Amino acid sequence: MQKPVSAWRATLLSLIILTCFLGTWELALQGAGQGGGAAIDPEYAALLGQAAASGGQTPMPKPSEIGRRLFQLLSDPFYIRGPNDQGIGIQVAYSLGRVLLGFGMAALIAIPLGFVIGMSPLLNAALNPFIQVLRPVSPLAWMPLALFTIQDSSISAVFVIFICSIWPMLLNTAFGVSAVRREWLNVARTLEAGTWRTAFRVILPAAAPTILTGMRISIGIAWLVIVAAEMLVGGTGIGYWVWNQWNNLSIADICIAILMIGLVGLALDRLLGLLARAVAWQE
Amino acid sequence: MSKPYVSVEGISRKFPGLTVFDNVWFGVNRGEFVCLVGHSGCGKTTILNILAGLDAPSGGVVLADGREISGPSLERAVIFQGHALMPWLTAEQNVAFALGCKHKGWDAGRLRDVARSALEKVGLGAARAKKPSELSGGMKQRVGIARAFAVEPKMMLMDEPFSALDALTRGALQEEVSRLVTEAGQTAFMITHDVDEAILLSDRILLMTNGPMARVAEVVINTLPKPRVRATLHHQPGYHELRDHIMDFLITRSRSLAGVAPRDYDPRHPPEVSPAG
Repeated sequence: MQKPVSAWRATLLSLIILTCFLGTWELALQGAGQGGGAAIDPEYAALLGQAAASGGQTPMPKPSEIGRRLFQLLSDPFYIRGPNDQGIGIQVAYSLGRVLLGFGMAALIAIPLGFVIGMSPLLNAALNPFIQVLRPVSPLAWMPLALFTIQDSSISAVFVIFICSIWPMLLNTAFGVSAVRREWLNVARTLEAGTWRTAFRVILPAAAPTILTGMRISIGIAWLVIVAAEMLVGGTGIGYWVWNQWNNLSIADICIAILMIGLVGLALDRLLGLLARAVAWQE
Repeated sequence: MSKPYVSVEGISRKFPGLTVFDNVWFGVNRGEFVCLVGHSGCGKTTILNILAGLDAPSGGVVLADGREISGPSLERAVIFQGHALMPWLTAEQNVAFALGCKHKGWDAGRLRDVARSALEKVGLGAARAKKPSELSGGMKQRVGIARAFAVEPKMMLMDEPFSALDALTRGALQEEVSRLVTEAGQTAFMITHDVDEAILLSDRILLMTNGPMARVAEVVINTLPKPRVRATLHHQPGYHELRDHIMDFLITRSRSLAGVAPRDYDPRHPPEVSPAG
């Protein structure tokens, strides 16, 4: 048995680790990126512009530079200057919108369908082979098919989110519903509760924690997949932004995007965690 | 003799190659408390589930009020062995859920008030807002009892309702049930292992032989005067004869009588005995 740790001590240690990491990074890059480009032909440099002028290699940014850039981006996150130059807040909002749309549609289908599958052993057995085959397919493998049939890149991205978030919710709902304790169902039967009352007042609350676990897994996967999907379809979104900044060789922006993706993913997970706590019950 | 409220007519439970019980007949009259005593594996719980409508016999029928039981009904409430409370609802909401199933038109306020008074009847007025996980085993079973009585069933079915409780709690709850049954003139059928419980509560005790091929070997008439109180029950004349008779049955005769019934055994009228005189 581990002893409980006080929160402030853990926080302090976290801060120390962060400081060490950023400090090492900063110091390691001190003095680098200068004087490396002696052999570059000036005409070639003039042709290629800034990147080549600084020595053929974009220097890895220091944390202090990333911090300055982060402040710059966050001080005006929602600007729109043409299709290829929009604030980071806008990009995150696009990605969030797609994730919530795809995830929401998946939930609307997976939860009722999972309910039916969980209640009916026949349907469970009949649909299980399809689910087992489709579930391990990488969501990005659906992308060409989606682009071909839907013919709209943005909706295709939403579809990919939909298809990747449906399976954990479907399987967890079906499992949660089928695992509802026999005695609660017997109570409902002896009280002549009826199908709908039993479904909504007994089975749903009994299975809610399992369903929420499925939703939590789904939203995590959806947030992972949206970055890759947006890199493919382009246009808008944080994934596209990462790819765009890679093409611009703005390494600092890529680091910032990684940080933003992590923070938004954390927030999504925490949100569903709160919801899960609200429906949790203890025997 | 008037027709019994519940009439069990020749029910059996058979699996391929195994007959748990066969051709079981008995009746439960209105206002009567009948206990079924027997060892594990004789199909006691199956019989109770058949009475509740949760299970169907392989053969034979059960009539309630002259009509065949084909499924569960609000007229026959069950107090389950485990309390079977819904853990996401408070004690009051658990009772209110049952009330809402019976009285579809009641609003939330009325359900709450009636559930509250049902809990007060079992001494749980103060714990009404607690979830089952915050209640002790005895309190949980009290909520289960309150829930079953709240729907005012015509018959109460109890499946070893106190077997999971410690002796002190069990005694208190037995008196509670005894009081509630007497107050309501409740028809009741109970399965138990506990001989004293059967003597305290029942008017008749059905003794079942061990399975397979279990049968009601004997019907013991409990002639001890009512109301019975646990504190003085064992001083009543006839108590020890009654208790010894049932104990003898459970320890030896349930085994020696098991298997094929003797030739003079009439399954419709198992021998009746009154050991207490």
